[in-house]
Amino acid sequence: MYADSSTLSVHELACARGDRLLFKGMNFTLKSGELLLVQGGNGQGKTSLLRLLTGLARAEDGEVRWCGEPIAKQREIYHGEMIYLGHANGVKDDLNPLENLRFAAGLQGRGFDPALAAATLQRLGLRRCLDLPCRVLSFGQRRRVALAALLLAGASLWILDEPLTGLDIHAVALMEGLIRDHLNAGGMMVATTHQALNLEGVAVQRLLVGNVAIPELS
Amino acid sequence: MNLYTFASPAHFYTLAGRLIPWFAWGAGLFTLWGLYIGFFQAPTDFQQGEAYRIIFIHVPAAWMSMFIYLVMAFWGAIGLAFNTRLSFMMARALAPTGAMFTFIALWSGAFWGKPMWGAWWVWDARLTSELILLFLYVGIIALWAAIDDIRRGDRAGSLLTLIGAINVPIIYFSVKWWNTLHQGSSINLMKAPSMAKTMLLGMLVLAIAAWLYTIAVALVRVRRIILERERQSEWVKAILAKES
Amino acid sequence: MHRFLLAVLRRDLTLAARRRGDWLIAQFFFVMVASLFPLGVGPEPAMLARIGPGVLWVAATLASLLSLARLFSDDHHDGSLEHMVLSPEPTVLLVLGKSLAHWLIYGIPLLLVAPILGIQFNLSWEAIRVLEVSLLLGTPILSLLGGVGAALTLGLRGGGVLLTLLILPLYVPALIFGAGAVDGVMAGTGAEAQLSLLGAFLVLSLMIAPWIAAAALRVSLE
Repeated sequence: MYADSSTLSVHELACARGDRLLFKGMNFTLKSGELLLVQGGNGQGKTSLLRLLTGLARAEDGEVRWCGEPIAKQREIYHGEMIYLGHANGVKDDLNPLENLRFAAGLQGRGFDPALAAATLQRLGLRRCLDLPCRVLSFGQRRRVALAALLLAGASLWILDEPLTGLDIHAVALMEGLIRDHLNAGGMMVATTHQALNLEGVAVQRLLVGNVAIPELS
Repeated sequence: MNLYTFASPAHFYTLAGRLIPWFAWGAGLFTLWGLYIGFFQAPTDFQQGEAYRIIFIHVPAAWMSMFIYLVMAFWGAIGLAFNTRLSFMMARALAPTGAMFTFIALWSGAFWGKPMWGAWWVWDARLTSELILLFLYVGIIALWAAIDDIRRGDRAGSLLTLIGAINVPIIYFSVKWWNTLHQGSSINLMKAPSMAKTMLLGMLVLAIAAWLYTIAVALVRVRRIILERERQSEWVKAILAKES
Repeated sequence: MHRFLLAVLRRDLTLAARRRGDWLIAQFFFVMVASLFPLGVGPEPAMLARIGPGVLWVAATLASLLSLARLFSDDHHDGSLEHMVLSPEPTVLLVLGKSLAHWLIYGIPLLLVAPILGIQFNLSWEAIRVLEVSLLLGTPILSLLGGVGAALTLGLRGGGVLLTLLILPLYVPALIFGAGAVDGVMAGTGAEAQLSLLGAFLVLSLMIAPWIAAAALRVSLE
C-alpha cells in the first residue's frame, strides 16, 4: 500500500522543442489510485510531457509538483517514489535478467532479494531465460525484463512511455492485471499508449496533448 | 523602466542598434590614433629596430584574447545560474572575436619572433598558452556547431567555457614552469627594459580600440542571434516585415 | 550513498569483464602508438630515453581518450543512463563512480604495460619507477576530465572526435607535470615537485570535474 495523500500536479506547464511550442497552460492533478492516459498523435509532445514529469527535461514555463512541492526542490525524494520506463528498456545486453534486476536495485539504492526477483521474472513468463544474456532474448522478452524491474522498484508513481509495445496478448493481459493491482493499492500511473487497455474499476483521466484527436480508446 | 527592461531581448535589440554606431566609430578613431602613435610617434628601438612595432598589434590582441575568454565565462556562469537567455547569446557572440584575437596574437607573435629570435615559433610560455587558448576557443565553437538544440548548446558551451576558465591559469603556470625547465633562462616577450611612455600609450589606445571593436561586433552578432531565436515572436515578425 | 557508488562501480566492472575486447583494444592502442615513435625518429638509445617519458605520456593520454567516448554513450543507447540519472542518488556520485570505473578498467592496465614500453625506450629503473607513480597520479585526472567531455558530447554526431578536441587542451597540465617528473629524475633534479603538482591537479580535478560533468550530463539528457 502506498500513502494516500500523494499527488502529482502540473501547473501552467509549457513545453517547447526547438522553437516550436508543443503545448502551454497545461494543468492537471493526479491523486492516489488514479491513472492518467496521455493521448495525442505522433510528434505532439507525449514523450516530452512524460520527460518533463520525470524531471529529466526542463519546462519552458510552469512547474510539476509532487505533494504540492515543486519536484526540482525535492528531487531525491521524488525520484525515490517515481519510476520511469521510456522507449529504451535500460536492459544491458551482456547481463542476464537476474543480474539486470540486481543492478537496477543497486542503482535505486534498494536491497535485492534474488528469490523475489526470480519469482517476478517467472510471473512475467521468463522462467527459461533466467541465466541467458539478454542479448539473445527477443524484443518482447527484454521489455518484460524492464517491466520486472518496474514491479520490483516498489515506486508509487509509474511513468510509462508506450509500455505495451512489443508485448504479446498474454503479456498485455498480464500487464493490465498488474496495473490494476498497482492502482488499487493506491499507486499512481501516467502512461502513453496507442493500444486499447481493459481497465475496469480504475479511475482513468484522459489528457489530450496537441490538437490532433485520435479515436477514443475502449 | 529599470535594468531588467534591457535584459529582455526585444528591448536589448533596440538598445544595441542605437549603441553600435558609437562603438564602431569609436573603434575606428582609436585605431587610427593608436596606429599613428605606434608607427609615427614612437621612437625606433635601439635594440630591436623597427620590427618591435608589431607589439602594438600583438600585445592588445593577446590581452583581448584572454579578457574575452573571461567575459564569456562570466556570461556563461550568469546564464547557468539565473537562466537568462541574453547572457548565453552574449557568450556566443563573443567567441568568434575572441578566437580571432587569439589567432592575431599568435600570428603577430610569429612575425615578431622571426627577426627577434630567428625563428617563426618558439615554445615560449606565453605563446604556448595562447596556442592552447586557441584550442579552447575552437573546441567551444565546435561544440556549439555540433549541438542543434539551442538550449542544450548554450548550457553545454557555457559549462565547457567554465571548466576552461578554471584551467587556463593552471595551463599558463604549468607551461611557464615547463618552459623555464627546458630553456634555462627563458626568452621573455615583455622584457623591454624601460618602455617609453609613448609606446605604452600606443598600446593602451589600441587596446581600447580593440575593446570598442569587440563590443560593436558582439552587439551586431547578438542582434542577429536575437532575430534568429525570436523569429516566432510578433515584434521580430514586425521588424522583418518592415525591412523586406 | 557509498552503496550507490559501489553499485555503479560493480556494474561497470562486470560489464567490462563481459566485453574484454574493448578493454584489450585500448591497451594495444597504447603499445602501438608508443612503438611507432622509434620507427619514426630512429632507434638511437640515448634519444629514445630522452623522448620516452613524453611519448609514453602522450600515448597514455590518447589511449584513455579512445575509450572515453563510450563512457556514457552505451548506457545512453540502451536507456539505462536515464534510469541511473533518475535514481534518488545524486548524479555527481554516478559520474564519480563511472569515472572511477573507467580508471580501474583502462587506467590501471596502462600502469601494467608502461614498464615494458619504458624498457623499449631505454629508460632507467629509477625513471620507470617515477613514470609509474606519475601515471598512477595522472591517469585518474584523464578519466575525471574526460568524463566532462563525454557528458558534453553525449549523443552528438562525431562525438568521439569532438571529445578529443574539447578535452586534450585540458590535459596539458597533467601531461607537463607527468612527463616532467620523469624528465626531472633523469636529469638528476628530482621528481618531487612535479609529482606534488600533479597530485594537487588530481585533487582539484576530483573536486571540480564530477560536478561539471554531472551538470553537463543533465543538460545533454534534456
